[in-house]
Amino acid sequence: MAATTVSPVKDREDILIEEQGFDDHFHDHHHGDRFQSNFIMKYFFSMDHKIIAKQFLITGMFWGIVGAAMSVIFRLQLGFPEESLTWLKPLLGQWIVVDADGIGKLAPEFYYALVTMHGTILVFFVLTAGLSGTFSNLLIPLQVGARDMASPFLNMLSYWFFFFSGVVMFASLFLSTGPFAGGWTAYPPLSELPQASSGSGAGMTMWTVSLVLFVVSVLLGGINYVTTVLNLRTKGMTMWRLPLTIWAFFVTAIIGILSFPVLASAFFLVMCDRGLGTSFFLSEIFIGGQALDNVGGSPILYQHLFWFLGHPEVYIIILPAMGLVSEVLAVHSRKPIFGYKAMVYSILAIAFLAFIVWAHHMFMSGVNPFIANFFVLFTLIIAVPSAVKVFNWITTVYRGNIRFNSASMFAIGFVSMFISGGLTGIFLGNSAIDIQLHDTYFVVAHFHIVMGVAAFFGMFAGIYNWFPKMYGRFMNETIGKIHFWGTFIGAYAIFWPMHYLGLAGVPRRYYSFELFDAFAHFDNMNKFITVAAIVVFLVQLLFVVNFFYSIFKGKLVTTKNPWGATTLEWTTPINPGHGNWPGKIPSVHRWAYDYGKDEKEFVSQIEPLAAGEVSDGEGGHH
Amino acid sequence: MTSLLIILCLALIGIVVVQIGRLTELAGSIRGEGETQLEINATQGKMMLAFMVIFLPACAISALYYQDSILGYGPHTSASDHGALIDSSFNITLFFTGIVFFLTHIALFWFSYKYSGKTNAKAAFMPHDNKLELIWTAIPAIVMFYLVSDGLVTWNKVMADVPVDAVVGQDYTEIHAQGMQFAWNLRYPGPDGVLGATNYKMIDGSNPIGQDWNDIENLDDFHPSEIVLPVGKPVRVRITARDVLHNFYLPHFRVKMDAVPGMPTYFVFTPNTTTEEYRQRLGELDRNGDPKYPEWHEPADETEPDGPRRWEAFEYELACAELCGKGHFSMRRLVKIVSEEEYEEWLENQSSYYLTTIRNTDKDPFAGQLLDTEIKARKTEFTDNLQKALSSETDKIVKLKYISYETGSAKLTALSKYELDNVVAALNKYANLTIEVAGHTDNTGSEEANLALSQARAQTVADYLTGKGIGAERLRVVGYGQLKPTDTNATEIGRENNRRTEFEILTQ
Repeated sequence: MAATTVSPVKDREDILIEEQGFDDHFHDHHHGDRFQSNFIMKYFFSMDHKIIAKQFLITGMFWGIVGAAMSVIFRLQLGFPEESLTWLKPLLGQWIVVDADGIGKLAPEFYYALVTMHGTILVFFVLTAGLSGTFSNLLIPLQVGARDMASPFLNMLSYWFFFFSGVVMFASLFLSTGPFAGGWTAYPPLSELPQASSGSGAGMTMWTVSLVLFVVSVLLGGINYVTTVLNLRTKGMTMWRLPLTIWAFFVTAIIGILSFPVLASAFFLVMCDRGLGTSFFLSEIFIGGQALDNVGGSPILYQHLFWFLGHPEVYIIILPAMGLVSEVLAVHSRKPIFGYKAMVYSILAIAFLAFIVWAHHMFMSGVNPFIANFFVLFTLIIAVPSAVKVFNWITTVYRGNIRFNSASMFAIGFVSMFISGGLTGIFLGNSAIDIQLHDTYFVVAHFHIVMGVAAFFGMFAGIYNWFPKMYGRFMNETIGKIHFWGTFIGAYAIFWPMHYLGLAGVPRRYYSFELFDAFAHFDNMNKFITVAAIVVFLVQLLFVVNFFYSIFKGKLVTTKNPWGATTLEWTTPINPGHGNWPGKIPSVHRWAYDYGKDEKEFVSQIEPLAAGEVSDGEGGHH
Repeated sequence: MTSLLIILCLALIGIVVVQIGRLTELAGSIRGEGETQLEINATQGKMMLAFMVIFLPACAISALYYQDSILGYGPHTSASDHGALIDSSFNITLFFTGIVFFLTHIALFWFSYKYSGKTNAKAAFMPHDNKLELIWTAIPAIVMFYLVSDGLVTWNKVMADVPVDAVVGQDYTEIHAQGMQFAWNLRYPGPDGVLGATNYKMIDGSNPIGQDWNDIENLDDFHPSEIVLPVGKPVRVRITARDVLHNFYLPHFRVKMDAVPGMPTYFVFTPNTTTEEYRQRLGELDRNGDPKYPEWHEPADETEPDGPRRWEAFEYELACAELCGKGHFSMRRLVKIVSEEEYEEWLENQSSYYLTTIRNTDKDPFAGQLLDTEIKARKTEFTDNLQKALSSETDKIVKLKYISYETGSAKLTALSKYELDNVVAALNKYANLTIEVAGHTDNTGSEEANLALSQARAQTVADYLTGKGIGAERLRVVGYGQLKPTDTNATEIGRENNRRTEFEILTQ
């Protein structure tokens, strides 16, 4: 049965799978595969996790370009407020306001709409769906040795909920009153009162609808990921033999399942306030010449609910990137990830702490100062598992034999970014220092580096590393390296100076700095940042070109395991079909990091243990 | 046209890069993949090292270059007592994170360079080391414990409310800042030191903060256009919002607190540097007589190169630091820190919002009544006038400014009694005082009628006095009608001045 689809010259993996693998009689049940019978079923309403992964990735890339282009537009306004933006009028229409001198400026309300959309799109659509959605889908079944997700149908729904969430958000960009403009955190009352901001009318309605659809998508995906990891691991794949990618996706999914519903509940309450006249988040408001009847609500309650997701969300973004980087660093350093168990425990510790630190976003929000005592403590404790991870990554590189390619370089870049952005978190997590730094450019620098740039670096490392598995071709390495250096240097050029802006007291979310003497004297720095942002944006376009060019014209993959990796996805055919392995499912005998062990370059997870050999990373034997 | 050219250029560059990519790939496959990869390892390893050599010094040098912006350095030291604690916590954290930043980056890039893949090299098999894990768990934990302790001690000091036994107006000043789209409304408590009650339902065009005018503590509150505070005295800012969230942000004082509709918040701080002292600090010269902070010696206004320098024009500022809508970036107020004497002087020049804007409008619950302060003020005015008349040789007349009658009649209005009581008190105080009570009118109406009316009005006043126990023999009652005008009868104001009741001291 299996023999018919395997290449005529059997390599060792195939023989091992045939001899040791687990026979689930896959082909006895899947004659003809009616779910992939035609073009539409195969590429649109696919239930194959690998196709769904590509759908998430390409949709995420679309949103990445849109979100990044928005930031370029508002950076132009910030960096070059005197230059005319009239040339954008064909695209932005009424939102370019031409003054008496013929200078076209971004309308302030649209500036805030762009800032809001940039945040929402990047956080949710790109770094949650595009990152976790892509790689959880691609790698969980492949690396745990499963034919597909536990529920391929829910998996397909997960993508389509995300897709329609995006459609609603995209449509909101074309509203005559503008898209939502109250910041990606959507704090009420600003987000609830159309009198307060034109974007808080239909724009906010569509924003909430879009994000509720998104929450559904995350939950459908998350349930699938957790179930698949728990139930569909192949024979011999104990939890302690899972690659760190899977640990990261697994824990990420759990965090998402526990925290996203809270966000949804906050949105439902916002909808009640907006549509049914309730007062969950409104109290004693006079606006538009009128005193509203709402009393007794609390805007702070919304902030608690929002950040109960909002903080775990940053780990939902960064943990998958950490998992990808751990894997890529090990593979290309040709060394085991250092401290596998410590890495797992630190993921678990970070995930646990992620749930009890949310109020560190709210030190200056008017909550009782007493509660900061707990939240500062828990927040700064996160630095400990984070530091452990950094030290382990560095030690993984130490005494390695590093293969430099776009994947490994982005992984190294990730570690640098994570250090830089993580360390500034120690300032902001300290409530005393946060008094001055809260809502300044220091915060912008911090979170862009640690969960924006770093997460992107993890994503890029993953894309370059698993592109051969996705498309059977390599991405172009030269363009990849230009992409890496342009992004690495460029991202620091954008965000490093922002620390100084923040320390000088310059607040974030300012359309113009000219009105304040304290904030007005950084013109050159703002110009520099804008130019760097444009360059980095163009470099990303290069990546996009490389991506699509390589799908069709990239160098062909000629061996199953081009990186010499130990994990199961590299035991599948070069272009795996639905079901991943043509015959039996491989069974697993060891952990995922036997690189350079016993004078062997690497030992695949499906290789049985030699007599007297023990698999590392498992408990008890040290 | 230019944009088309730019797009064409970019597209061209893109194509060139893609072609270079293809070519190198082709060249690589001709030369053999293994060899090409080794070469790439060598160059990229070196580039990692080169990046480190440029990046890390650039971080340090840029920090030095921008040191004037960094908390606690250069002129950027805090202008409040608690700010120094925050700056110190910042610098302690900077010290530890700085060490970690440089060491980890040196390790990361150095190892990347040193262990870049080579032909005969082999990676070491080193899966884990529990001792190392323990060390690099424990050391960060200890440092974090220290930072948490330091931070929380500072935090709890800074965020403490005023002590429960502190007296508002004496031990500290309480002021009120209310955020609205898109401005800060400011309110000071006035002489009583206490801010009056507010209610958002009372907000309207003439009552921006929604002060409840039934609360007499509101009556002396005033609305300055900028925050003025005495140096060295604690101030508690009551922070409120009337529409959406705002944030009361004083960057120079390390003060930041959200303004929340329906939930007043506060921030207590003590300014310790006057505006003038801060200017001097910015304008300081070094030993050679050169500016210590050259950027502050640039002209404040670019269009006036010879105008005041930036340090001379410096002002503290209040900003909004919570996104509140399209005008978020424009909520500016000036803050001035002055000496105690200057502050008192400034207070003198402020006038109650109620008295200047609300008094006797239909919003005033006390319209038609005299306030205690007004009664007191009238008494003082009367006493001053009486003293003047008593000591004057020639001008013995005291005008009874606050006595009035119903139109065309001799009936006293209700509020006249306060002035009359002042007269009674004076007659009781000076037992020898005898007076002539005189009524006057303007020239409208017939002369006879005016004479009769003024006579009747003077008599009413005299009757009130005798009713309060003043002997009738001490009073002479005269009605002069329109015969003794003190002003022109051609204007309404002049006529109003001519309609009057007064008395002349006969003996004293």
